[in-house]
Amino acid sequence: MLQIDCPWCGRRDQTEFSYGGEAHVARPADPLAQSDADWGRYLFFRANPKGFHHERWMHVQGCRRWFNLMRHTVSNEIAGAYRPGEQAPRTSDGDRER
Amino acid sequence: MRHRLPEGGRIDRTRPISFEFDGRRYEGYPGDTLASALLANGVDLVARSFKYHRPRGIMAAGLEEANALVRHHAADGDEPNRLATELLLHDGMRASSQNNWPGLRRDFNAVNSLFARFMPAGFYYKTFMWPNGGWQKLYEPVIRAASGMGRVPDTGDRSRYDSRNLFCDVLVVGAGISGLMAALGAGRAGARVVLVEASHEFGGCWLDRPEMTIGGMAAPAWIADVVGELESLENVTLLARTLAFGYYDHNFIAASQRLDGAVAERLWRIRARRVVLATGAIERPLVFANNDRPGVMLAGALQTYIDRYAVLPGRRVVVFTNNDTAYGAALSARRAGAEVAIIDARRELPPALAETARETGIALHAGSAIVALRGKHRVNAVRLGALTADKSAITTVGDWLPCDLVAMSGGWSPAVQLHMQARGALAWNDRLALLQPSAVSPAEPHVCVGATNGRFDAASCLRDAVGRIAQTLGEIGFAAPPLEPPQAPDLDELGAIEAIWRLPALKGKRFHEFQNDSTAEDLSLAVREGMRSIEHIKRYTTTGMATDQGKTSNLNGLGIVADELGKSVAQVGTTTFRPPYHPVTLGVLANTRRGDFFAAARKTPMHSWHEERGAPMEPVGDWLRPWWFPEDGESKHEAVSRECLAVRNGVGMADASTLGKIDIRGKDAAEFLDRVYTNSWQKLKTGHCRYGLMLDEQGFVFDDGVTTRLADDHFHMTTTSGGAARVMTWLEDWLQTEWRDLDVFLTSVTEQWAVVQLSGPRSREVLAGLTDIDLGRDAFPFMTMREGRVAGVDARIFRIGFTGELSFEINVPARFGLHVWERIHAAGEDFGITPYGNEAMHVLRAEKGFIIVGQDTDGTVTPMDLGMDWIVSKKKPDFLGRRSFDRPAIRNAVRKHLVGLLTEDPGLVLPDGIHLTETRDMRVPATAEGHVTSSYFSPVLGRSIALAMVENGRERIGRTLHAQMLDGSSVPVRVTSSVFYDSEGVRARG
Repeated sequence: MLQIDCPWCGRRDQTEFSYGGEAHVARPADPLAQSDADWGRYLFFRANPKGFHHERWMHVQGCRRWFNLMRHTVSNEIAGAYRPGEQAPRTSDGDRER
Repeated sequence: MRHRLPEGGRIDRTRPISFEFDGRRYEGYPGDTLASALLANGVDLVARSFKYHRPRGIMAAGLEEANALVRHHAADGDEPNRLATELLLHDGMRASSQNNWPGLRRDFNAVNSLFARFMPAGFYYKTFMWPNGGWQKLYEPVIRAASGMGRVPDTGDRSRYDSRNLFCDVLVVGAGISGLMAALGAGRAGARVVLVEASHEFGGCWLDRPEMTIGGMAAPAWIADVVGELESLENVTLLARTLAFGYYDHNFIAASQRLDGAVAERLWRIRARRVVLATGAIERPLVFANNDRPGVMLAGALQTYIDRYAVLPGRRVVVFTNNDTAYGAALSARRAGAEVAIIDARRELPPALAETARETGIALHAGSAIVALRGKHRVNAVRLGALTADKSAITTVGDWLPCDLVAMSGGWSPAVQLHMQARGALAWNDRLALLQPSAVSPAEPHVCVGATNGRFDAASCLRDAVGRIAQTLGEIGFAAPPLEPPQAPDLDELGAIEAIWRLPALKGKRFHEFQNDSTAEDLSLAVREGMRSIEHIKRYTTTGMATDQGKTSNLNGLGIVADELGKSVAQVGTTTFRPPYHPVTLGVLANTRRGDFFAAARKTPMHSWHEERGAPMEPVGDWLRPWWFPEDGESKHEAVSRECLAVRNGVGMADASTLGKIDIRGKDAAEFLDRVYTNSWQKLKTGHCRYGLMLDEQGFVFDDGVTTRLADDHFHMTTTSGGAARVMTWLEDWLQTEWRDLDVFLTSVTEQWAVVQLSGPRSREVLAGLTDIDLGRDAFPFMTMREGRVAGVDARIFRIGFTGELSFEINVPARFGLHVWERIHAAGEDFGITPYGNEAMHVLRAEKGFIIVGQDTDGTVTPMDLGMDWIVSKKKPDFLGRRSFDRPAIRNAVRKHLVGLLTEDPGLVLPDGIHLTETRDMRVPATAEGHVTSSYFSPVLGRSIALAMVENGRERIGRTLHAQMLDGSSVPVRVTSSVFYDSEGVRARG
């Protein structure tokens, strides 16, 4: 079971959280101006990296706040949690894609 | 107890206790396990094997036992598949053998052995291939009847379980001398330490070695000293009979503890900063002919039975080995009075040990092997053979050697299961012929010490523990404790081992895996049939599955496969190790979450009233809602019909408290609603209500409800009962991540309000007696809200409803819910007020063609599909889901529409979910034109009605389709509008 650092509440067990898919999939500012292909990408296409992944979590059994987490999909190493609008932390690979 | 030695052992001889096995009474001592007590009583045959039902005895003394799985008749119910080696004997214990019929000695399914050549590796998979239809009619019933291990208890499990959380700096798993040393180091350094030990005693195998000295005293005394010191330290927690079975992410370890008291078993959830694995090593069998017969056991097990339990389970002992450790068992057996012969597969014997053995009168056969074994229910002779230098063939066949016990040792394998669950790596140690933790650092921070780390002499085990605990403590900021490894024997006990994965046989099966009856031949066959990956071979042959988890079988299996593939063991690699390492009861996993605690039930403030009326409850999400309110002797159909007619013709009342409710505040609240609903909200007047559809970004309906403006910046939203949490999360998501600039705050108020829905043409008259609010048609019109007092309680009344009749939804603070409900019921008495349940509500809304999200929709339905274009704003530039309307799959495709269906026979109610076809007869594969989503008998119409999603349905109104019934017949149905009653909608406005 993962231990996750909620940016508001601190370190808690994974059972307090729910997973919300890939982070930083921004809703297009003007959806009607989107091509079908671009809208389809927004709706359906998600990264599936072997390595660090930016993902959304919600502290559903705690403060009920959404936040972002950088988690390694192989080792489950967590590089850090950050609030919406904040910068992603640097990882052990020096990775900071977004 | 004919095999009990006159003295020795860690048993309490002052208090004989009795126990039963297969209905027969025996005696044992406290300190015995069921296995040692059975062996003491000369019970050789204790089980039948999984696949071939071969007779099996006890092969081990610890949790690696793969044969002796028994049914334990505990006070709180039967437990199948307990290991006889793990069951601590107590007075009156009852157990019985499994997997045999009618009995252990004569087991009918032993005929499986005769058909063994039809049940090779992968036979289960092969049954899928041929003949066509053979699976359903022939193989499955036969295999199902014959397979499985043990029987599920007929009675429920009356045992109690609990669970606890632990946090520590250092968790030490295993309390042999290495684990004790590590725990002592961490304990003295002041770290929070937890030490778990699967056995009931701390100390491991050195408990049985009083003749050996550690730190200048007898080993058991040194162990007692260390345990004593650990017990005295407040920062150390010692847990005996506790098996760490799973190593999970972020150093989370699950362990189960046997308590056998008021609580039968406890689950420990341990979060450790660092873990020390001192899980020891497990002896490997030798893979020779009939090596599974009762009377054949691991050499280390024999030594344990002699030294710890004072049981010598045979008088003529043959020790068969490829390493030095088995000499200890031979000498113990000899000392205990047995006639002993050692068959050593090595041509070069260890000089000192061989000398000692000869001096005590043990016969030695170097460079030999057992090539045949006789005795069905108990070994009675083995045949010697000389082997070629590479041990792959027999050069000369020797004599039969009479014996009643064979102790075998194929070497030792570190118990690396937890290390591997923690995603560690292994390295091949050629000198010791074993796989041990490699230097690569594991994903989860832990270290392995002692035998787990490939150390097979006491001195280096202790040095290893001291060194690694110092390093571990340093990593987490503790100063290394003052700790010197004590003086201990430095003899490498494995000696010059010669790896042998299988031995040539004259005749008989050679088992490398006892638990699943997997043989060396099965592995060869798997390779011949094209399996190359060890993962495939494992599954094809069921090697290392079930209770074994690779304990005794893993390395022999890998070795045989490596031979067959012409690779090294390291090249073959291992299968993935997964929890649990050892069987865990379902009871301890389910723990307290059973019965009423399995899932939370949510009850409305009026629940007790419904129960008193005998209303059956229908689960809606987590909620329990009254289904209908039966009167004397009524059937469900009669009750629902009565309730429906009461609402249509008089007045009814329903408990609608379960509706999801969200309080929305902030100056951007209307803008927010504009974005999440399909229609417009900016111009909604205060005190007015509006129905809304919520879509996901794919344009599909995912919830609906009525939202009311309470003030300029304040709304009251309702959602479906089951969807409330989902909607709340959805809305929060958008506010917190995408629309952080909006000034909007959401509060879930579902449970703050009790809701009475008063519905029917006479509902105004009932309510008028309870409130001062002007209920007049013009003063309080349809789709508006008024605040005031009802039955003396502050209330919000919404003139909305789900039945299509004149309705008032009366919301009061939850704590007044029952009071107001009862007052309304009393006030309605003169009007024949009728409480109605969920079923009547469903019928009434279906008559009106009102959808239920999740019943009539399935997550692929747009508002247009539902014929609800009217609710989709044409003016708003954007809202959630809007852009997806223009996707080709929605804009240009043939879509299913919500329509009504009427059967020719007005009494026939179609089954829910049934498919509709164009033609009467259906030839498979047929094209389904649609399916029924809701279907009821409508009392007010006196006939059945149904809602359906039908391809191009609105263009097909008036046409006939055919409902394909469950019995294969079909029924013609006419496609109609989805509104069956009061299509003008005048009644609700009344």
